[in-house]
Amino acid sequence: MTQTTPEATVRRQRAQVKVRTLRTDRWWLTPLLTFLGLSAFLIYGVWAIFDTSYYVPASEYIAPFSSPCLATSCPEGARFLGLAPFGDWYALPPGLLILGLPGGFRLTCYYYRKSYYRSFWLAPAACAVQEPHGKYTGETRFPLIFQNIHRYFFYAALLIGSVLTYDAILALVHKPLGLGSWILALNVVLIWGYTLGCHSCRHITAGRLNHFSRHPLRYRAWTFVSKLNAKHQPLAWASMFSVMGADLYVRLVAKGIIAFPYA
Amino acid sequence: MSYKAKFKVWRGEGGEGKLEDFTVEVNEGEVVLDIIHRLQATQAPDLAVRWNCKAGKCGSCSMEINGKPRLGCMTRMSTFDPDETITVTPMRTFPVIKDLVTDVSYNYQKAREVPSFTPPAGVRPGEYRMKQVDVERSQEFRKCIECFMCNNVCHVIRDHEENKTNFSGPRFLMRIAELDMHPYDVADRQEAAQEQHGLGYCNITKCCTEVCPEHIKITDNALIPMKERVVDRKYDPLVWLGNKIFKRAK
Repeated sequence: MTQTTPEATVRRQRAQVKVRTLRTDRWWLTPLLTFLGLSAFLIYGVWAIFDTSYYVPASEYIAPFSSPCLATSCPEGARFLGLAPFGDWYALPPGLLILGLPGGFRLTCYYYRKSYYRSFWLAPAACAVQEPHGKYTGETRFPLIFQNIHRYFFYAALLIGSVLTYDAILALVHKPLGLGSWILALNVVLIWGYTLGCHSCRHITAGRLNHFSRHPLRYRAWTFVSKLNAKHQPLAWASMFSVMGADLYVRLVAKGIIAFPYA
Repeated sequence: MSYKAKFKVWRGEGGEGKLEDFTVEVNEGEVVLDIIHRLQATQAPDLAVRWNCKAGKCGSCSMEINGKPRLGCMTRMSTFDPDETITVTPMRTFPVIKDLVTDVSYNYQKAREVPSFTPPAGVRPGEYRMKQVDVERSQEFRKCIECFMCNNVCHVIRDHEENKTNFSGPRFLMRIAELDMHPYDVADRQEAAQEQHGLGYCNITKCCTEVCPEHIKITDNALIPMKERVVDRKYDPLVWLGNKIFKRAK
């Protein structure tokens, strides 16, 4: 190829553009909305942990943020399968025992990583917008290297999803059927859509294989998970708002703030 | 319908240069590369731009249009407001040779560092037998036209020149994923992806996917699956134990 510039030293320079970005669109809007959405979820989560109105015995509703309820402080009917494996010594809110599992699942999720790296850490806030940090090592060292344990949180999320499904079924079979039963059921559908569309799930089903043709069942599972995976971002948001909404609904019913018939 | 559009085009050699203002005619159906060519023909005969096919298939005319990495030949003028000033700059991650032409040899260097397809010993060309489902994942990555906009937009090297030594960028991590998923490739790609090509630097912010003119799902279908394979190899004790017990073959 013909060289067009004789001095090699001159060629080593990038174009010296002195502004952070030349983008003219509203590139800041998405990270801002993401920041607000995730912050709202965090703030709500902290409040929900310490709120004690998480069970409605009359309708068999239990708030998703407090399920499974495993502490002895849980009301008898709220205990998962009647179990209270933690003794009387445990005096903190029951939600604290389990929230680390779904929380960790979302924290290490590949979609959420993108969203908070962009909106909280601004690395980068948007494509082709210069990040403010002087140094970058990504997920190569502590603490971010621990993002690699996402699949273990996925296994835990399967358990939590099963528990929430059990809760929703209990609410659905309870008579009279209330609006909350359907809210809990819808939440479970969205939670499963998000959980099964996880990139780690996609890898575990068959993504790790190089010969799909030798594992037709796993390949079919991978194909199904891939379809959900393509919707992972909308499912992440939908399930986040649904779990927050369902949790708030149950708490408002438990507090008597929502008290219409068939609530 | 034609109108006069306002353009700012980066002019200069090496890193030194500035945005120069132009007012130039735009006709219906034209793309940004057409306008750059009109500038060459009418106002700036020495304006340097790399181009070839004008069909979005050669990957030559990568540039930044209003700050976004785009192909000049695939960016329609009708997507801009006629009153808008359009800024055209060279790709920011690579050194400038002249005006809009950058030195993309970083990419060729990284390409050479990826060992080529390595079939099993004893299997000769012509003896490969693969089913379509086994190769179609890799085939998506073969659509790459090597415009290098994914590497250009990736903040790991765009904002941190020092990472160029340790990070090969989405283009070549995708190439590694393509080979690692190939049913007949036996080279160890996973260790190399993490240790030599810097897969761990990727924080999956998906800008590579956003700018890909071939709409390859680089992050979801190449980089994340490759990260998961590396987790199998380096960070998951259960997989390690399973491999020990069941002696799973690749």
